[in-house]
Amino acid sequence: MIDFLTLLQVLDSSLRLATPLLLVCLAGLFSERAGIFDIGLEGKLLAAAFVSAAFAAITGSVWMGLLAGIFASILLSLLHGLASITLRGDQIISGVAINFLAAGLTVVAAQDLFGQGGRTPPLKSGGRFEPLSFPWASSSKEMSEAGPLMQLYSELLSGHSLLVYVALLTVPLSWFVLYKTRFGLRLRAVGENPAAVDTAGISVVGLRYAAVVIGGILCGIAGAYIATSLQANFTKDMSAGRGFIALAALIFAKWRPWYALAACLLFGFFFAVDNRFQNILLPAWSLSCILGVISIALLSYVWRKDYLDKVVLGGLALGVAVIAFMVVNSVWTTGITSQVKIPVVFIQSLPYVLTVVVLAGFVGRAIPPKAGGQPYVKER
Amino acid sequence: MTIKPAIELRGISKSFGPVEANKDITIRVMPGTIHGIIGENGAGKSTLMSILYGFYRADSGEIFVDGKKISIPDSQAAIGVGIGMVFQHFKLVENFTVLENIVLGAESGALLSPSLNKARAELAALASEYELNVDPDSIIEDIGVGMQQRIEILKALYRKANILILDEPTGVLTPAEADQLFRILKRLREEGKTIILITHKLREIMDITDTVSVMRQGEMTATLETNETSPENLAELMVGRKVLLRVDKTPAKPKNPVLEIEDLNMFDDFGVQRLKNVNLSVRAGEILGIAGVAGNGQSELLEVLGGYQKADGTVKVKGSEIDLTTSVNGDGQARRAQGIAHVPEDRQREGLIMDFMAWENSVFGYHREKSNQANRFFMDNNAIRRETEGKMHRFDVRPPNPKLTAKNFSGGNQQKIVLAREIERDPDLLLVGQPTRGVDIGAIEFIHQQIVALRDRGKAILLISVELDEILSLSDKIAVMFDGKIMGERLPSETNEKELGLLMAGVAEQVAQ
Repeated sequence: MIDFLTLLQVLDSSLRLATPLLLVCLAGLFSERAGIFDIGLEGKLLAAAFVSAAFAAITGSVWMGLLAGIFASILLSLLHGLASITLRGDQIISGVAINFLAAGLTVVAAQDLFGQGGRTPPLKSGGRFEPLSFPWASSSKEMSEAGPLMQLYSELLSGHSLLVYVALLTVPLSWFVLYKTRFGLRLRAVGENPAAVDTAGISVVGLRYAAVVIGGILCGIAGAYIATSLQANFTKDMSAGRGFIALAALIFAKWRPWYALAACLLFGFFFAVDNRFQNILLPAWSLSCILGVISIALLSYVWRKDYLDKVVLGGLALGVAVIAFMVVNSVWTTGITSQVKIPVVFIQSLPYVLTVVVLAGFVGRAIPPKAGGQPYVKER
Repeated sequence: MTIKPAIELRGISKSFGPVEANKDITIRVMPGTIHGIIGENGAGKSTLMSILYGFYRADSGEIFVDGKKISIPDSQAAIGVGIGMVFQHFKLVENFTVLENIVLGAESGALLSPSLNKARAELAALASEYELNVDPDSIIEDIGVGMQQRIEILKALYRKANILILDEPTGVLTPAEADQLFRILKRLREEGKTIILITHKLREIMDITDTVSVMRQGEMTATLETNETSPENLAELMVGRKVLLRVDKTPAKPKNPVLEIEDLNMFDDFGVQRLKNVNLSVRAGEILGIAGVAGNGQSELLEVLGGYQKADGTVKVKGSEIDLTTSVNGDGQARRAQGIAHVPEDRQREGLIMDFMAWENSVFGYHREKSNQANRFFMDNNAIRRETEGKMHRFDVRPPNPKLTAKNFSGGNQQKIVLAREIERDPDLLLVGQPTRGVDIGAIEFIHQQIVALRDRGKAILLISVELDEILSLSDKIAVMFDGKIMGERLPSETNEKELGLLMAGVAEQVAQ
């Protein structure tokens, strides 16, 4: 049904789509590991996307765009830091404010600068990150004749923008910094028990700002990536909720770098499937099996829960079961070989459904950093 | 040649807003001694020591260490001159290993593993020198509080501390663990370390210190040689008047059982069994005290009886069974209707709403009663306020102003507001958790008298406290809890701290029945 090359192409596109998620997820990881919740990831991503696209368009240099994007994102991070670390405000509110600020300001500034309805002009080569071709990689034309290993090498490993490889390298780097360095030890400590860090004579404020700035840099790279590599200009709301999905991935990953890679690749895979397969034809019997399994899984999960959960989730399970029954019924009337077309909207909603499922806590207990969300005040 | 004091503070003052926590404090601590600082809660002991450790900065005053005048702007500076502090609430990162906690902030380089290896070697040396054995690779949340405290001490020693400050170190320990701590402290003194022990327990001062300073309301009232003073004398200096250290009560005259608990079992949200086959009974006119180290199921027992946790088993109040199964929330109401009153362990979280006024707090849980209603739709706020003012006078709440918000009262007065609310409804059974935690000596005396008075009116009282002294002096019967089980019941006249301490540590076999 699906040949090897198609699969590779889907995985290739998963990787490209996972890249911004991964960078933003790691940005959130640094910030939250230090005890600063960062709802404003989305806003920073968007702001960085706009600033990098604008600078790249004006200067014609993608590197200037990247630097400017990082700078913009760091500025927003410092704003978040000022509100939540120095002024000890509510981290959630500050993050939400940053999201609003970025959503509005980017479009206004784009319109003012370029007058193209809130977009930036398309970037020419030089203003974008071009795909890097590995040595001996087959071009796309000769791909179908190449052997499977060559296809794997040329399609999946080669041919990505530099930032994709940077994002992948960030994972081991983050792991090393967090778990193998003095800075990482202190960073993790400040997210768990800032008083322990304070009484050890280390500045809680300094560490938290450092974490927030690292988050800013990573968000900046992610923003530059979506505007100068994934796309070739800035468009309104182009971050498309990636900041929030990255937060879900962060919870899914239990605030660990390697898990974050896995979680982001999974989300990226869903996006890729959505891009690739507009309408999926599934044999009706397999669809009803899948739905049946989902409803049974839901029901067995609900069984152990309290009253309210039972009502809500039980209702959901019942709904799924009813759909499954309807499909079975249609199989009954039209024959075993009938196919059902899965509408494109279902596929498109998959990453978001997964986000909700992750956040609803279906994936086991995720224990956030203990001091997360609380401004540090010396106790009396 | 005269010996210079290890620590000398001159004229230290510190205010938090309008509150003067320390007023012109002068104190000298000689090297190689254990110096006690005693005082009630809020007397300013912890503030003074936090200044010495650089956690706060004094508004004025001078600090001398080993005769040299220094300034301590932050904790790093304090560590630099050899001061280490073990806080009342440990400053440990719970999901780190022992080793990681010890090196945190005292790493030898930017990379972690050389620091950890160095610390591992040094820890072994310290362990043999001071008999402080710990497993460097265990995770903090998996080890007991006694061990956690050792790690705090090791943290200070690893940073080459010569002067060790301990803030209320025995609050969370069993008597046996406290004894062990004192042995460690004596050992440290032998090695020439200077120790400052902050406590509000007179017995500890008498047992272990060489000299003692008494603080009251931010002032240093006296510094004495320990062997030239007495607990009564110290208590008077702390409170500013004579206080009764023992509870004055007549023998109990118990009647019919009021509370009967049979085979009570309870699992928490994570599936951990918190109560294991608990069987207890409390009779009218009797105080049953439950002793135990915090976290051994006492809180859960109170929560089940108070109606906000589910459990399995049978609980009867005055012969009629109470429903343990459906109480997810809201059953506190049903419990009150059955004559159960509850003074929760944590008054600030469960007993009061801190941002509400005293009169509002004094009616919670009873706000649906007829006497508080003006008509079908409205509460009779004026009547409630008048009633509250009366209660406040009867329970000696200061200031007796029903319109003051709860957070503006001191700990003792907050507790009196809760106690007044529950006791004045004349319950058949009173559940009391940690009635005097964070309460000063004067208020403790009053609260104890109120509890005894309720007993003398023929009511049943279930008392839970981690203060063994309180259990021993108030209870007519003592049950000890360990790991969710009742380890045994004793009469206060026929037991002692040692036996109870062993039971609290889960050692049942060694205790001769």
